[in-house]
Amino acid sequence: MPYDIKVNGAVRTVDVDGDTPLLWVLRDVLGMTGTKFGCGMALCGACTVHLDGVATRSCITPVGSIANSEITTIEAIGASAAGARIQKAWLDLEVVQCGYCQSGQIMSATALLASKPQPSDSDIDAAMSGNICRCGTYLRIRAAIKQAAQATRQGG
Amino acid sequence: MILDRVASPAAKPVQPSANDISRRSFLQASAAAGGGLMLSLRLPFPVAAADAADSDAFAPNAFVRIDRDGQVILTMPYVEMGQGTYTSIPMLIAEELEVELSQVRLEHAPPNEKLYANPLLGVQATGNSNAVRGAWQPLRQAGAAARAMLVSAAAKRWNVEPASCRALSGEVVHPPTDRRIRYGELAAEAARLPVPEGVALKQPKNFKLIGTPAKRLDTPAKVNGSAVYGIDVRLPGMKFATLAQSPVFGGRVKRVDDTAAKAVKGVRQIVRLDDAVAVVADHMGAAKKGLAALAIEWDEGSHAKLTTSDIAGELERATLKPGAVAQNIGDVDKAMAGAAIKVEATYQVPFLAHATMEPMNCTAHVRSGACEVWVGNQAIARVQRAAAEAADLPVEKVVVHNHLIGGGFGRRLEADGAARAVEIAKHVDGPVKVVWTREEDIQHDMYRPYWFDRLSAGLDQKGMPIAWNNRFAGSSVIARWLPPGFNNGLDPDSTEGAIDLVYDLPNLHVEYVRVEPPGIPTAFWRSVGPSHNVFVTESFMDELAAAARQDPVAYRRALLGKSPRARAVLDLAAEKSGWGQPLPAGVGRGVALQFVFASYMAHVAEVEVAKDGAVRVRRVVCAVDCGTVVNPDTVRAQIQSAIIFGITAALHGEITLKDGRVQQTNFDTYQMLRMNEAPAIEVYIVSSLEPPGGMGEAGTSLIVPAVANAIFAATGKRLRKMPADAATLRQPI
Repeated sequence: MPYDIKVNGAVRTVDVDGDTPLLWVLRDVLGMTGTKFGCGMALCGACTVHLDGVATRSCITPVGSIANSEITTIEAIGASAAGARIQKAWLDLEVVQCGYCQSGQIMSATALLASKPQPSDSDIDAAMSGNICRCGTYLRIRAAIKQAAQATRQGG
Repeated sequence: MILDRVASPAAKPVQPSANDISRRSFLQASAAAGGGLMLSLRLPFPVAAADAADSDAFAPNAFVRIDRDGQVILTMPYVEMGQGTYTSIPMLIAEELEVELSQVRLEHAPPNEKLYANPLLGVQATGNSNAVRGAWQPLRQAGAAARAMLVSAAAKRWNVEPASCRALSGEVVHPPTDRRIRYGELAAEAARLPVPEGVALKQPKNFKLIGTPAKRLDTPAKVNGSAVYGIDVRLPGMKFATLAQSPVFGGRVKRVDDTAAKAVKGVRQIVRLDDAVAVVADHMGAAKKGLAALAIEWDEGSHAKLTTSDIAGELERATLKPGAVAQNIGDVDKAMAGAAIKVEATYQVPFLAHATMEPMNCTAHVRSGACEVWVGNQAIARVQRAAAEAADLPVEKVVVHNHLIGGGFGRRLEADGAARAVEIAKHVDGPVKVVWTREEDIQHDMYRPYWFDRLSAGLDQKGMPIAWNNRFAGSSVIARWLPPGFNNGLDPDSTEGAIDLVYDLPNLHVEYVRVEPPGIPTAFWRSVGPSHNVFVTESFMDELAAAARQDPVAYRRALLGKSPRARAVLDLAAEKSGWGQPLPAGVGRGVALQFVFASYMAHVAEVEVAKDGAVRVRRVVCAVDCGTVVNPDTVRAQIQSAIIFGITAALHGEITLKDGRVQQTNFDTYQMLRMNEAPAIEVYIVSSLEPPGGMGEAGTSLIVPAVANAIFAATGKRLRKMPADAATLRQPI
């Protein structure tokens, strides 16, 4: 049956089974390929999106379970203050290598920064350890989150 | 970064001679390309339909093109997979061409091994950490020749001596008269000049770009979701497919019940191949659901009972018989007979999967007499051949579009995924994107070989090594991938890191026994041969130091009389790590040293082993001499990356077989190092004017023995079989 979902502020109608993971609705039905497939079991975090601001693994989120929640993806995360700071810090510190996991990393980091503007190292571990980076950019991710937090503190 | 042109690079293949990288051959190639594969970095220029057939364009060689409108286009023979090659290679050309990095646009080279083969490999491929090494001379020369022609064209126009002109930021200037003219305005005139030979390259002291921390050109698109990887390709009318391949390598499909799968909403078609079944659907969600609903009965074939221990046993037995002599120095047997102390050990390393974050995928469209493929691959000429074979078409009928790579690590030097996609696409009307599930990706990888090594050494009365014997057995990836590279039972990859050691060893004998494991395919994996050899060599060197009751750094240092660059990185790593300073109980430091991929590197790892045997790498100090550094920020990033990659292998990495099946399936059973486990990493770069060494992989091979040696320092337990096993490190209660 058709489902109406709110993606990045726009209502989109998709005609798929209710158990279809949001990931495939975004990527294949709506053509928003910034959200990535990594494992299909919520083990790697590549597919992370926000549902009402909460970092959520879209690969195990059935489209039929979303109802009126606001979905935000990497394509629109730069519109939020936290997202823009995270993206800037990512560029300033050259975090990215192959880049495939970075959509998910940025979505997790943005949700962290939005809920905890000054995260500790253990906050970062807790929020980010679900996101695998095979290129091993973890050190720069941690540094970039701290830089973005500093920019938040300075109102930048 | 976007893919803004549909290419047909193979529509009219050009066959210039290997040495004929001339303007004419490139213009032919470009004309055939009809605009080429434009991987356009949306940096300074709007996406333009650069017309390579433009007769007024200036294209002195296969790498540089300057259009009339001043657009500088660099054709990239290497592919970006995170290693920064889309920045470091343009830096080489831009340095000599005298343009800013921000003035260039990149184009991905079409499959053409004559023009774009890596000089160090002889084939068009990105691997073995040799893009910068291979490009160092030719791409700077390409830039220099172009610059000289532009200067000549300007001098001719002004009727002045070329020597009185100079090139600067995309212009030729004539300081005495303060005249200047942009490259684009000179393109047509420069194109009519002969290509000069042997233009002098810049002295390092005059470098403006090389050695500076340039911003990566591919990064902006990777932080906003707009970067297009192979898996992101979208085409009109495209279907989505996923597949189940025989769980036992070499097995066949016996029977398929697809009734339930066909009933899944969105499933369009079931494709049955000899050894795989694919579900074609409107989206991957439906394809996966359909795949789960398939009932497939397999004829498992001859490997149905295979286990890892069968393979390890065969390798172990192989090391009892002579192999091909990879290196012999002096007389090991004689020296061993006179040794005061003898040390013997065997080592084993497991099969490893690549587990690139972007699962294997390829999009294919097979039409009557033609085939088109969209993929991210390290070796696209190989993809073109594999697709042609699968489609039963001549190679020139196959068009390959290359994309950004979401992790290569050697996996995407292979074309099996492209061949598979074409096999499926032959049965599908229209384009089909074939995406492997993570489980298929791990269970049908092509694996880093299992290796078994048998070593012995003799020490003199002072404890120094006078005899070194090493015989190892395992698969030769080169023998399959690049057969001419396998000669007399040897290949340069399988032996790298086991021979030509930095140490003064007066009597050394190394043999390799090639044994191909049944029922499991092998392939290159980040740091390739050294991923195995350096672990063994540097662990065994540590054993010798322990047998001699000497400090591992001092012991190595005493053997480095002929290797000042190796000694320098060892000293630097030791100093920066605080080598010798006390550590808490359960914590140890381990050192390892190597010269592979033409770079010298030393690591000191600091490791904590808990009472339950859990290992945590707390800190890694790396000192590197990789010759001239092109982009120092990328060198640091690659070393950090390679260390994390290697720690994953040292602590978690192991692919095992039972009943012919790979037992690991996803990131729960094939674990990756995560943020909370990542150590602090410090990188110290030794300044050098030597030619550049490779940087993509060296950090991986070296960290494994550094961690193993640190575990020995912390616990007294020597790990001779990877990965580290908590059960063997657990302290008795």
